[in-house]
Amino acid sequence: MSRLRLSQIAVVAGFILLLEALCLAGVIDKITMPPPHIILRDLFRMLLTGRYFGEIGKSIVNVLVAFASAYLVGVIIGTILHGHKTTREILDPLFATYYAIPVFAFYPLFIVMFGLGDGPQILIGFMLAVVAVIITTLNGLDRVPPVLKKTARVNGLNALQTARHITLPFCTPYLLTAAKLALAYAFIGVIGSEFIMARSGMGYEISYAYTNFDNATMYPLILVILLLSIAANSLLSRWERMLLARRGQG
Amino acid sequence: MQPLENATFRNTVILIVGLFLVWELAYLVVGDVALRSPWQTVKFLGELMRTDLFWLHLADSLKAFAVALAIAVVLGLLIGFALGLHRLSGEAMEPMLVALYSIPKITLYPIILLAFGIGISAKIAFGAIHGIIPVALFTLNAVRTTRPILIKTGRVLKLSPAVMVREILFPAAVPEIFTGIRVGFSLTLIGTVLGEMFAAQRGLGYMLMSAISLYNIDLIMSVTFLLVVLAASVNMTLLVIDRRLHHR
Repeated sequence: MSRLRLSQIAVVAGFILLLEALCLAGVIDKITMPPPHIILRDLFRMLLTGRYFGEIGKSIVNVLVAFASAYLVGVIIGTILHGHKTTREILDPLFATYYAIPVFAFYPLFIVMFGLGDGPQILIGFMLAVVAVIITTLNGLDRVPPVLKKTARVNGLNALQTARHITLPFCTPYLLTAAKLALAYAFIGVIGSEFIMARSGMGYEISYAYTNFDNATMYPLILVILLLSIAANSLLSRWERMLLARRGQG
Repeated sequence: MQPLENATFRNTVILIVGLFLVWELAYLVVGDVALRSPWQTVKFLGELMRTDLFWLHLADSLKAFAVALAIAVVLGLLIGFALGLHRLSGEAMEPMLVALYSIPKITLYPIILLAFGIGISAKIAFGAIHGIIPVALFTLNAVRTTRPILIKTGRVLKLSPAVMVREILFPAAVPEIFTGIRVGFSLTLIGTVLGEMFAAQRGLGYMLMSAISLYNIDLIMSVTFLLVVLAASVNMTLLVIDRRLHHR
């Protein structure tokens, strides 16, 4: 495992060094991209002055609102659909093709409908995330072994008790996978919308810096977004692996 | 398979009719301020299709998309096979590819724009980076899970790596690779349109964004409708082929 870690670190380090070398050698010119060590320096300066904390915070809050609402609604819809076979079969083609649809194309429509504010951004994040939660919830519920359901019936558990003692514990890894996907999609949705058109937020600041050739702001902010999303993703993935390993499925 | 496919077909029809009903209802509730009815949208799309400007934008989007998809598939296959054949690299790179897959790639678009300039090449590059990773990941897994007996047979016959890929690994991996291409197709399309929405002077995504500033709801709704119908119908077709390949 450590050999694997080492080679991963080597790939990342090699990539950064390559960028550094290309920038210093002038293959990548300064207007396109400053060398990585300058980006890092700018990032520290930015964090020290706290200049974009408000924007970063705002984006994170919007991501979390989109995530939480999509998660809640997704789990509830998934649970309801699990009991309605016909409705589920009718919706199946929608789920199968949903992620092929450019959801961002709805953004202009939402701007026209709700105005240029947080609403359309959160709605895009919600739309991207909610279907992944529904699909994963259904997937988890499908896999509850019949023997567990029978045990519940034999012991005379009511619906609530069954959910608490049987279904919920069994589905925990799926619920975690759903959370991981929902967070990634909410992030993509909110940041992407801010990018296309907005009045504030990290994505907006990056696109603003881009139009003003302000690389000293643009690159550190891009780095912040990349690090945030990779950190969230790898934390949840690790947690997921731990849960699966404990069940002997890892 | 026949009765199952009939059921899927019936469900799809019910679903489409249902979606149109929901749309019509939403229109009746919201009204002309921000929405158009399905019929108005289709009618406007018909009118739009008679203008030359529309075909210019569509052709530009399709051209960028086609090149991006070709690049994504070729590079994705190369990366997938290379990583699939070399165990350590595959295990080291897979989680990194998955992490890359989950980042909002739109943040990288300004960098691509600075490197390529506003134009078709930036759109192509942006579309391609969306599609490469799924193709690579599916190929990687397909190669890794090829039945060992097939690989052993190849070794016994002393096949060269090139022949091994061509005669054994590729044919065995076709269904999985097709799934990767299907996902890559969708993501490349999303990437291309997204790129056009952020910065472009042509293409369907650009048309959408320019319609906002004109407050042209007809245009917004008909282009969105067209994009959704295009993406959904192609994906449904690919999905049917995909399922047949996997059931062979």
